[in-house]
Amino acid sequence: MNGKRSLKLMIVDDSNIMRRRIERSQQFEELQLVGTAGNGLEALELFKKTDPDVVTMDLTMPRMDGIECIGKLVALKPAVRILVISALADKATAVEAMEKGANGFLNKPFTDRQLNEAIAELMR
Amino acid sequence: MLYEQELKTFVEGTTNFFEVAAQQPATIGSPYLMEGSPAVHEYTGVINISGKREGVVYFTAPKAMLTVLLMKMQENDFSHETMRDLVGEVANTISGNARRDFGRDFVISVPSVLTGEKPDVPHKPGQRSFIIPINWRSHSAKLVVSLS
Repeated sequence: MNGKRSLKLMIVDDSNIMRRRIERSQQFEELQLVGTAGNGLEALELFKKTDPDVVTMDLTMPRMDGIECIGKLVALKPAVRILVISALADKATAVEAMEKGANGFLNKPFTDRQLNEAIAELMR
Repeated sequence: MLYEQELKTFVEGTTNFFEVAAQQPATIGSPYLMEGSPAVHEYTGVINISGKREGVVYFTAPKAMLTVLLMKMQENDFSHETMRDLVGEVANTISGNARRDFGRDFVISVPSVLTGEKPDVPHKPGQRSFIIPINWRSHSAKLVVSLS
């Protein structure tokens, strides 16, 4: 991806605190936040309306979890870049998320630096 | 039954949470067996565990501690809803991190949150619960682990 082009960002997490934290801490001028969602179903609706290029995705959420949502987003837009941000720290879950189409995985809790490194890697 | 090594997983998860999220280490005391009714603070985030283990993990903390924690996390919203969000997120993070050792069959629920000092905390009769004391700045909180 070209780092200078404006990219649309969607943040998905069932915690308002985490959504605000990710929005506040990410330092990429080219990322334009187009919306946030609190579960997979909301994310799917928002995705169809806003067509984001980059998504941060929690996994443990009500109504539709992140793993299922990743598969649906990638089916709609194979080029979307998805960074999973989750507390689930087992390798099998990370592998499953990547197999569904995620491009990166960051464990909670995380520092601002870790978040920005993970996003930079995602957009490389 | 909960083994010493398994309790260590939760102690390490709690230590890591405060070091990274709050940017200030907490003092984590030695776990001890809970006797009688669960003692909780004003806000309690509960994670139900299913799969290869069953039970609950909950993080309970006073409002004053959560307020300072939110400040350290650069939050500006200190509403009741944000306090609820925070205790749920702490419980979720520590429980989710435990899957590093327990594996993916340690299935965690989305958090439910209880408020008040005498909430109806889920507890299976006869199941032993361990309390992990947390001291952070001038505040005290607890992580309670109750698994079969």
